[in-house]
Amino acid sequence: MIPENKWTRITTAESVPLREGRAVRLGGVEIAIFNLGDRVLAIENRCPHQGGPLCDGIVSGTTVVCPLHGWRFDLESGAAVRSSLPACVTVFPARVEDGIISVNIAGGSRIEMEDAA
Amino acid sequence: MQRLVVVGNGMAGMACVEQILKHAPKFEITIFGNETHTNYNRILLSAVLAGEKSLDDVTLHPIDWYREKGIALRLGVGIVDVDACAKTVTGDDGSVTGFDKLLLATGSSPVIPQIAGVNNDGVFTFRNMEDARALLERSRPGIKAVVIGGGLLGLEAARGLQVQGCDVTVVHLMDTLMERQLDTAGGTYLIRKMERLGMRVLLHRRTRTILGEGRVEGVEFDDGDRIPADLVVIAAGIRPNAELGRRAGLTVNRGIVVNDYMETSHPDVFAVGECVEHRHVCYGLVAPLFEQGKVLAATITGNRGPVYEGTVEAAKLKIMGVDVFSAGDFREASPDDGIEAEAVRYEDSALEIYKKVVLAGGKLRGVILVGDTSDSHRYMDWLRNGVDVTRKRRRLLFPEPVEDAGFDVAQMSDSETICGCLGVSKGDIIQAIHTRGVNTMAQLKESTRASTGCGSCTNLCEQLLRAVAPEFQEETKTTLCACFPFSYEQLREILLSQKLKSVQEVLNVYGNRKGCEVCKPALSYMLDMVWCGEHEEDRSARFINDRVHANIQRDGTFSVVPRIRGGVTSPDELRRIADVAEKYSVRMVKITGSQRIDLLGVKKSDLPKIWADLGMPSGQAYTKGVRMVKTCVGTEFCRFGVQDSVGAGIELERRLENLYTPHKVKMGAVGCPRNCAEATVKDIGLVGQEGSWQVVVGGAAGKNVRKADLLITVETTEAAIEAAELFFQYYRENANYLERTYDFVERMGIEKVRKETVYATQPERLKLLDRLQRSKALAKDAWLERETPVHPTQFIQIEPMENVFA
Repeated sequence: MIPENKWTRITTAESVPLREGRAVRLGGVEIAIFNLGDRVLAIENRCPHQGGPLCDGIVSGTTVVCPLHGWRFDLESGAAVRSSLPACVTVFPARVEDGIISVNIAGGSRIEMEDAA
Repeated sequence: MQRLVVVGNGMAGMACVEQILKHAPKFEITIFGNETHTNYNRILLSAVLAGEKSLDDVTLHPIDWYREKGIALRLGVGIVDVDACAKTVTGDDGSVTGFDKLLLATGSSPVIPQIAGVNNDGVFTFRNMEDARALLERSRPGIKAVVIGGGLLGLEAARGLQVQGCDVTVVHLMDTLMERQLDTAGGTYLIRKMERLGMRVLLHRRTRTILGEGRVEGVEFDDGDRIPADLVVIAAGIRPNAELGRRAGLTVNRGIVVNDYMETSHPDVFAVGECVEHRHVCYGLVAPLFEQGKVLAATITGNRGPVYEGTVEAAKLKIMGVDVFSAGDFREASPDDGIEAEAVRYEDSALEIYKKVVLAGGKLRGVILVGDTSDSHRYMDWLRNGVDVTRKRRRLLFPEPVEDAGFDVAQMSDSETICGCLGVSKGDIIQAIHTRGVNTMAQLKESTRASTGCGSCTNLCEQLLRAVAPEFQEETKTTLCACFPFSYEQLREILLSQKLKSVQEVLNVYGNRKGCEVCKPALSYMLDMVWCGEHEEDRSARFINDRVHANIQRDGTFSVVPRIRGGVTSPDELRRIADVAEKYSVRMVKITGSQRIDLLGVKKSDLPKIWADLGMPSGQAYTKGVRMVKTCVGTEFCRFGVQDSVGAGIELERRLENLYTPHKVKMGAVGCPRNCAEATVKDIGLVGQEGSWQVVVGGAAGKNVRKADLLITVETTEAAIEAAELFFQYYRENANYLERTYDFVERMGIEKVRKETVYATQPERLKLLDRLQRSKALAKDAWLERETPVHPTQFIQIEPMENVFA
């Protein structure tokens, strides 16, 4: 379990429309928060390819497609999907409680690159 | 010549008559039908209600056919009595007709439960063309419809009513929908699909009363619960119409009893179809009719020999996007016959696919397919022919790996039925290919009617054509992406006929529910186009450019291009643009190739403010839509100009701006053939010449360079603009998403484009223009969303409620 004090309250759940993402800057990191209807997921808002804003991508199931060149990332693991090169973004624990979206910025994790391919 | 009287002008009677006509000796045939329509395809009535076919489409035998065959047809006459000794039938018009042979093909009637209120106005059955017509008349948006009966017909009726706009509830007596065809698991998947289509399903409910004094107001259940209803459809099963058999003194149980030669207990009276009982079974589906008809035709013409040994019952739900197939006996262990059956299952809850086959003694006994019915013919073959599947045990639920594309059809015998709806066998199709020069699916449908029923045999027909037809032509079918199995054309048809208005709805019912970056924007476009702007806009399905109405750049900033119609601006506009560029520290101000000004490097959050400060409409430079009309100076200043290209260009841009298209549309208008604004390499170009305009389309000067084709030459500017509008709307409606006009024109051929736009009949042209006007009436400058954003955070970066490092 993540200690309570590690969660940062971000915004109301309504601020992120269904199947869209929104960016928020937390400390030195920009995070993209996605609303998948039954839950919210948060990833680093920067495509490892050329820095595209992933929050602006089209959501397809539990993946998001970068608006610049179409790289696709799994929102749960952060791994690039169907990419020719192994790549990933950091994922952050996110939750909705009492209508407020919180993110655990310290709990960010990246998968091992071997798995990403 | 012997006299044959046929009672019943439905599918069974007529299928049999068709067979009889193939035999000698000939009869003098009289057919009585109590409906007023010639023989039609009853199983397509669901498709009529669901808007997929019109009432005219379902006719099987037009009146001329009867005439050609020398058949006396008596429509609207019901037969009320049969005297088997005197060999006469009596009509409800008092007529008495003598016969040598009598064929009863009286079909079946809906079972009406004995409950109060069934005679109320607004209570219908769904059995014949009159019912379909009445339901079409009564159903409309806002009407609350209750369908009593969750079997095949009830569900199809429910979907039809829903497509007509009704708010639909299905009430079913049992715990499982289609319980005669599905087990509990299959039924659960089916409910999910029905609910996702937007219908309510109530199981285990017995209707006690239909409420209302004279007119339906609702239904009440056994437990006292009530639900309101303006319309009630009873689909609680059917009962054989065996009364005439009884009157004729034949042996009758539930239906008129026939033996394997299709003989009744009287040597000169025969019966076929849903009114008969064969080996204790009364059939309610279409396939047995054809098999029975063939045998009966042999018997009645004195060629007694072929026998009918019963039909493996198979049912397919005909609701677009809800694939359900069931055949045989799917019970896993049946104590009745002591056979221990084994079930093999496959289930994918995410894709909502459920398959189950039941085996007994190494043979297939029954099958249920939900969500993927593509293999149904294979199982039917195993069932019909009692194939030993022991050696196939490991791949029962998946097609055998076939490298040979013609293998499937090569495995079938000539007599095997390919189209169960219309009773067309493999041999029939091969014969049509050889004797009637059939090479395409369209010709095959025309020639044999195969696959024109439920359409589930389309794949097989195609395979057969590919294997047999000497000049087989593949019908071009481009699917959008892996999320849908449909072509663009099919999707457009589905959106229209199924009245789908939102992307997610389409994905949920016809796709994989997820969608992707390819199909979501495409569907968004199609819905907007098909409904002329009256769709449900879903911004999550749009590319970022269409969420914020600006073009995303490589660093995540955006570019802003205001509309400057015809490339004509003013000092005041230029001043405002300059002010905006300074105020927001725009990194680059660029004159574009489209005679416009691009402000580059703008932050998303500044977009609404910039638009407000500019006070100019969106130039749609970020979207698949109307870009600009580039113009030359024209007559006002140019020494050589012969047409007012500036005026025409600005007017054309005004008429089409704010509309969306399959791909970007760039236009040009030039005042003389010197073509200074390069109109001949634009999607649509107006080229002025002395006394007239040439309207050209399909030009390109991008990745491809292509000189535009001449669409038409007209004398007035208004006529030129109208020709451009016709082409514009035609392109909107018929191009695939992301297909530029230059590819579109080449694919269609300019002759066809002309024929269907500028050379189309006046009503057709007016229809195109009307749809364009309807779209235009709802089209708005997207930049007005600066004042009324579709979502409060449409343009902003979210500020966290608490600082992480505080």
